[in-house]
Amino acid sequence: MTQSTRDRTTGWLMVVPALTFVAVFSLYPAIDSFLLSLYSEFPGPERSFTGFGNYAELFQDPVAHQAFIVTLGFVLLSTILELILGTGIALVIHERFMGRGWVRAAVLIPWAIPTVVASQMWRFLLNDQYGAVNAILFGDKVDAYVPWLADPWMAFGAIVLADVWKTSSFAGLLVLAGLQVIPEETYDAARIDGASAWQRFRHITLPLLKPALLTALLFRTIDAFRVFDLVFVMTQGGPGDATQVIQFYGYKTLFTEGRVGYGTTISVTVFVAIAILSLFYVRTVGSKLLQREPA
Amino acid sequence: MTNRPVLPGGILLAVLGSLCPFLWFVLTSLKSQIQVEAIPPTWWADGSLGFYTSALIEHRLLHYVRNSVIVAGATTVIALVVATPAAYALARLRLPRKAWILSVLLCVAMFPPIVIAGPVWQILERLGGLNTHWGLVLPYVSLTLPLAVWILATFFHELPFELEEAARIDGCTTWQALYRILLPLAAPGLFTTGILTFIYAWNEFFFALLILTDPERQTLPVGIALFQGEFIMPWGEIAAASVIATLPLIIVVLLFQRGIINGLSAGAVKG
Repeated sequence: MTQSTRDRTTGWLMVVPALTFVAVFSLYPAIDSFLLSLYSEFPGPERSFTGFGNYAELFQDPVAHQAFIVTLGFVLLSTILELILGTGIALVIHERFMGRGWVRAAVLIPWAIPTVVASQMWRFLLNDQYGAVNAILFGDKVDAYVPWLADPWMAFGAIVLADVWKTSSFAGLLVLAGLQVIPEETYDAARIDGASAWQRFRHITLPLLKPALLTALLFRTIDAFRVFDLVFVMTQGGPGDATQVIQFYGYKTLFTEGRVGYGTTISVTVFVAIAILSLFYVRTVGSKLLQREPA
Repeated sequence: MTNRPVLPGGILLAVLGSLCPFLWFVLTSLKSQIQVEAIPPTWWADGSLGFYTSALIEHRLLHYVRNSVIVAGATTVIALVVATPAAYALARLRLPRKAWILSVLLCVAMFPPIVIAGPVWQILERLGGLNTHWGLVLPYVSLTLPLAVWILATFFHELPFELEEAARIDGCTTWQALYRILLPLAAPGLFTTGILTFIYAWNEFFFALLILTDPERQTLPVGIALFQGEFIMPWGEIAAASVIATLPLIIVVLLFQRGIINGLSAGAVKG
């Protein structure tokens, strides 16, 4: 056996366990979901092949429309806010100052907190009677207290708020990685030319940050599409269907109602939406690691 | 590069914004029942530990802690053992279709959980894995592998390629080169990946909710999400349970902030 074939065999042996896991618990289930979505609602003897019938139904389903709109609104609003706040956080923790390590750790804490805990926390902060938000806004004027999570728009805002609080720092870290590769000398020349801090940010930092911002944008978009914990704990999709995001609707259809055919149709549709984004991501940023080959 | 006077304000804002909401929850956990139900809320706590004892004893929180430690610990160990050789091979060996494998892994990392949830549930039902810890660990390993492989591959990639040549001249096999020479050098990367995997498994809720329906087996996020009182929402106990569930993560962040930041950005940008 030559060196290179032996290398190749060992290489495959090293990769196979990981690929097996991913194939059994991710790839096969995704394909199986697609196949299940081609059959009528409930599993059992009466199950029949319906082709894309479930998909046709999905396009007519007003609840699904609402869920997609809520999800898109959530994705857009939370991602934009997280990028803006994340850039702010990154600019701060990129600076050199005493105790920067502590500040970085403090900013990371919302990211590390379990989403379920963050959800219960915001649910309590926004509580109509005992909540700190009402107390801060209205003090002793108890009559003015707002039941935030009972109003459709406020409840939607609450979920966005909780997500922004929890994940802005993650977006910030991705932006920070982008800031760290901008050489300090770039700014010296601008400073000599008398550019203000804002001009330096606008004309030097921002253009050079573009790849990092794009990465953060795609990471956050894809992740925001999968929002579930926040909705489950804070609103259960309510009031009405105001905060029923697509993943929650899919969960209810699939696991609470047991409608396998339709539930998988919803999930496959979400998957396709995210897959298009992922492809875009892989093509723009992801292939960099592959460019360097061993000598 | 920013205006110096702006910086202290930015630092203050970032720190207060990050910490205050959770500190309110910590404060709540240290209140008495009367203080929690005060309208308007009180801005102090009398330092009572009543909610902690109630959460730990009446709501049997230690059970959930134990389950979370088992699931997150097992996930971390298995994910590292499986991801390390894969990352090494993908970063440093000549393999056909390497680019393709890495792309597939990246795509899998983007899967929405709901699309695999139904079939994963069916697989586990057939294997008898529902309501068991290993039944949750298997999908967790699969879900954390893509990112673990990517981060580790980035770390392996940064080590000089002459290392293996030297090892091979000394008569090492590929496995020996990995375990004796590269692994010690990649230890920080391994450690960071382990921490990120652990945090993921400790915090995950969706699959835990689906697979573990027996309260005896449930992990902390499920316990906290489904926390029920007899008549009123037990906010004090929920706050206490939340602090207990979060404390290990806060300690990890305080100790390993630098590694976490490097690891997260390695998976994304440095690539």
